[in-house]
Amino acid sequence: MERIIYLDNAATTKTSPTVLEAMLPYFSEYYGNASSIYSIGAKSKEAITHSRETIAATLGAKPEEIYFTAGGSESDNWAIKATAEAYRAKGNHIITTKIEHHAVLHTCEYLEKNGFEVSYIDVDESGVVKLDQLEKAIRPETILITVMFANNEIGTIQPIREIGEIAHRHGILFHTDAVQAYGQLPINVDELHIDMLSSSGHKLCGPKGIGFLYIRKGVKIRSFVHGGAQERKRRAGTENVPGIVGYGKAAEEAMQTMQERTARETELRDYLIDRVLKEVPYTRLNGHRTKRLPNNANFSFQFVEGESLLIMLDMAGICGSSGSACTSGSLDPSHVLLAIGLPHEIAHGSLRLTLGAETTKEDLDFVIEKIKEIVEHLRSMSPLYEDFVKKSQKR
Amino acid sequence: MYSEKVMDHFQNPRNVGEIENASGVGTVGNAKCGDIMRMYLDIDDNGIIRDVKFKTFGCGAAVATSSMATELVKGKSIQEALQVTNKAVMEALDGLPPVKVHCSLLAEEAIHAALWDYAQKNSIKIEGLSKPKSDIHEGEEDESEEY
Repeated sequence: MERIIYLDNAATTKTSPTVLEAMLPYFSEYYGNASSIYSIGAKSKEAITHSRETIAATLGAKPEEIYFTAGGSESDNWAIKATAEAYRAKGNHIITTKIEHHAVLHTCEYLEKNGFEVSYIDVDESGVVKLDQLEKAIRPETILITVMFANNEIGTIQPIREIGEIAHRHGILFHTDAVQAYGQLPINVDELHIDMLSSSGHKLCGPKGIGFLYIRKGVKIRSFVHGGAQERKRRAGTENVPGIVGYGKAAEEAMQTMQERTARETELRDYLIDRVLKEVPYTRLNGHRTKRLPNNANFSFQFVEGESLLIMLDMAGICGSSGSACTSGSLDPSHVLLAIGLPHEIAHGSLRLTLGAETTKEDLDFVIEKIKEIVEHLRSMSPLYEDFVKKSQKR
Repeated sequence: MYSEKVMDHFQNPRNVGEIENASGVGTVGNAKCGDIMRMYLDIDDNGIIRDVKFKTFGCGAAVATSSMATELVKGKSIQEALQVTNKAVMEALDGLPPVKVHCSLLAEEAIHAALWDYAQKNSIKIEGLSKPKSDIHEGEEDESEEY
């Protein structure tokens, strides 16, 4: 001890050393305001331009379609609220799903209080959005479809191409929250008919506090922050130059390593999933077996509560997360786990492990042994397990 | 977020287990909210709680409050056990985060539910004890027959 096994890379990632190195001069040497005339200001401006071009290229987009923000939540808020405002004359209906991130769901709920109507589409038991239901929900006044690229909790990858085609066919704008997918999956905005896309730097070994919103040229979009002329007058405020530089570098690295990383992580993920399902009884995998992010595993251990599990894993130096009520600050477990049809008590016993660049097979072997021990211990003190055992003995 | 005492009782819970032919058993909470506590009491002829065991499905605070509650009632008379309030359990644990206060309520209710079961079994009335509200098996009489 104290070795830490960090398996919460969907929550945030460790900033890569090369990203950090790229950022540092923009704190101490090239600290000039990009809007200034003198040369250190111009340095900042160049760096922003370079990052914008790098990121645009990763999506098959134009640099002027990338708008830097403070992160995924801001990008989601901007895309949805500004579209609602700009297209209000056309209609007041928005389509989304039941498993979106709260940055989308709570923004939609806010709009509902302001005269908009929102359809929340169901997902199937593996968390894939129901396309027929989505298409049927379209009305003449529908102005926006917003569906996440891949789910943050259960890792399910959505049929984005199909949704893009549906939106395109009906002449409706399509926004996707790609916070978990960007850097993990190849994305081309033209091929997938994406009009807006949200992303966040710290999910792909970049810094926190930086994100972007891709907005297709031609989409009417209002300013989100009023003030100076930054970000083509759409998002005022002095640019977070070190953050933008770091994000550009992180995006570049993510694209370069994607193929090899995906192969490696998928193999480790499947090893973890197979062993846990085989070696821990009364366990289920949440999300789709194959259509899932390469680094995501999400289990439910019956008769066990998630927070207890997390604390005990933490004591063993293992960082994970759970969809139990106790970790969400409310009495209800994760909306995603309920949407895929899990009963409350099983949703409370969920554990999400998300792998990263540093995860090794040896780490996973240790984690699997700990999970087995801890789940057995917690079950030995669970009244639900006691009832279950007594019932099965009677049969 | 938890005090050292809470962590201690979570990591090394006292009196975990079951009591066969217990004098009284009470189960409170529900799986929907993610907390279920079951308390077993062994009460002697003089009305002293000779032994107590618990099983809990729930978060760290739920386990710790159950464990502390068993310590507080062990060796006590029925009347003394009735005085073990959620406040007493919380204080003994050096406090709980605000969102976890309901766990301590559950511990108090679990003691009451077990005492209620004891009173029912022996057809006696315990002064100051009313039927516990949050017994999860309320309205599921057929189910509870199985235990």
